[in-house]
Amino acid sequence: MFDRDLWREIFQSINMNRTRSVLSGFTVAFAILLFTILFGIANGLNNTFDEAFADDANNSIFIQSGTTTKAHKGYQAGRQIQFKNKDYDYIKEEYGEKVQYITSRIYLNVNASFRNENNSYSVRAVHPDHQYLENTKIKEGRYINQLDIDNKTKVVVIGRLVDEDLFLKTTALGKYITLNGLKYKIVGIFEDDGGDDEERLIYMPVSTAQRVYGNNDFIDQINLTYNPEMDYDKAISFSNALTDDLKDRFDIASNDQRAIRVRNLANESKSVNQMTFGLGVIIIVIGFGTLIAGIVGVSNIMIFIVKERTKEIGIRKALGASPNSIVSIILMESILITAIAGYVGLLIGMGVLEFVGPSLETYFIKDPSVSTSLVIGATITLIVAGGIAGYLPAKKASKIKPIVALRDD
Amino acid sequence: MLNIKKLHKSYPIGDSSLHVLKGIDLSVEDGEMVAIMGSSGSGKSTLLNIIGMLDEADEGEYILDGVPIKNLTEKKAAIYRNKFLGFIFQSFNLINYKNALDNVALPLYYQGLKRQERQEKALFHLEKVGLKDWAHHLPNELSGGQKQRVAIARALAANPKLLLADEPTGALDTTTSYEIMDFIQHLNDEGKTILIVTHEDDIAHMCKRIVRLKDGVIMEDVIVEQVRASQHV
Repeated sequence: MFDRDLWREIFQSINMNRTRSVLSGFTVAFAILLFTILFGIANGLNNTFDEAFADDANNSIFIQSGTTTKAHKGYQAGRQIQFKNKDYDYIKEEYGEKVQYITSRIYLNVNASFRNENNSYSVRAVHPDHQYLENTKIKEGRYINQLDIDNKTKVVVIGRLVDEDLFLKTTALGKYITLNGLKYKIVGIFEDDGGDDEERLIYMPVSTAQRVYGNNDFIDQINLTYNPEMDYDKAISFSNALTDDLKDRFDIASNDQRAIRVRNLANESKSVNQMTFGLGVIIIVIGFGTLIAGIVGVSNIMIFIVKERTKEIGIRKALGASPNSIVSIILMESILITAIAGYVGLLIGMGVLEFVGPSLETYFIKDPSVSTSLVIGATITLIVAGGIAGYLPAKKASKIKPIVALRDD
Repeated sequence: MLNIKKLHKSYPIGDSSLHVLKGIDLSVEDGEMVAIMGSSGSGKSTLLNIIGMLDEADEGEYILDGVPIKNLTEKKAAIYRNKFLGFIFQSFNLINYKNALDNVALPLYYQGLKRQERQEKALFHLEKVGLKDWAHHLPNELSGGQKQRVAIARALAANPKLLLADEPTGALDTTTSYEIMDFIQHLNDEGKTILIVTHEDDIAHMCKRIVRLKDGVIMEDVIVEQVRASQHV
């Protein structure tokens, strides 16, 4: 079925009817072009969303405290709510299974120096789980661990850019960095996809920060991720329950929006996911709709071709062509036209995405492109499509009776 | 070579049917050159189509070279046509986008020969009909006579046992007709069995035997003195 002679026959026939073949391929090319561009744009939108959340685990919940706005249980409005270590412990114990990772956070601003270099940086004092919550990647050394917390050791993990800023000629790992006059040992260097600001941070154990900068057990914020086995709705009701619980714990009115603020990424992920899904469905419907229109177009033209070539097919049969050889010649021609046209559409589509991609970033479309798997998928789809388009006409052609075809009229 | 007994064929026309062949008995020996004559509607083309396996008889027996031709599948019919028969048509029936050489090579393609071998054989047969220099011309660049010679070369390419010609000179002028007949006579001289359907007396008399059909039956079956076409050229 795939011998050279068959291809020669097919190319001869296509070449003979160039305009007709090009026209019949046009719809298919257009379908694939449209599909590629739509798919690329959807991918671009996805990339934008992904990047927006790249910094954090997307099942994160952030808990911050503020001042009360409503009087409640004998307390005046305007009371400052302060989280302490025991609140961290409470959440950890109370919600056990539902919490995947949890960390406290204390924010500090320090002036850091090493030898003659110095600069100011933000410090986050955290628990070891913080690494997973922030998608922090360790480049060298290690992250903060439980031993550091227990012993309140004076160690830090510095961002890649802190390393670049201060440690010009030497490796930072194992050296001592001075933060506001106190020396800390650098035990690790990290990278983060969240951008330059995220890589200009310094992490230290939360217990160390509490002892050194105030000798208290205050924490500024609690971050956690919910168990990823929970779906969005469960996650949202979990964070609602958590909010109510904490409000109760701090004697805050249940309708006080400022005293405790809980931000659950599940809310955002849910709407983004719904939108991406909807977009995907629309694109597949449009893409396949157009492709089907293309198949019908090619099929139509193949029927016309068979009609036009009735006499030729009759001659071939009189000369000894088997029905199978007639089917394969028509089928292969159809597949070839569909596949080539589809590929042209695909290439043009990819070219368009490549060309206009950078200018689309203002519309929240980043790196619109199609993947290899899509290209392979498209190839298979096109071959199948060509086969479907050519099958009926080919069957019709194989049923042509030579005596009818050769009748002189 | 060919043995036909009590052959019947009818075509449905609306509700009724038209009985075209009403019991034909015909046998043709190796090396014969037979003209089948008759007015239009006499059934001569139907008979040729049945002999050529392009059509099937309703009733009767047809044995070609010892093989009974009955209830053939399309595939089998294709193989027999390719192996046993060569066709020459009134309207040449060349494939117009293939050059002379490719047209002649087509039956060899369906025999499954390699391209090199096909080209060589095709060229040999084209040379035989005197068109070697025209091998790479398309049919529409050839004259009527040349087209029919290409068609003859094509019919011969697969080396068939039986050559079937349906009004081979019907579309040609007298001079060209005689040229073509001269070719066909030479093929017969070399031993090919040939059946020609014609309604022209002069063409029929260039054969060795004339079978006259009328209203679906054989009226007359006579051996004639062959007129050599070369005398007229």
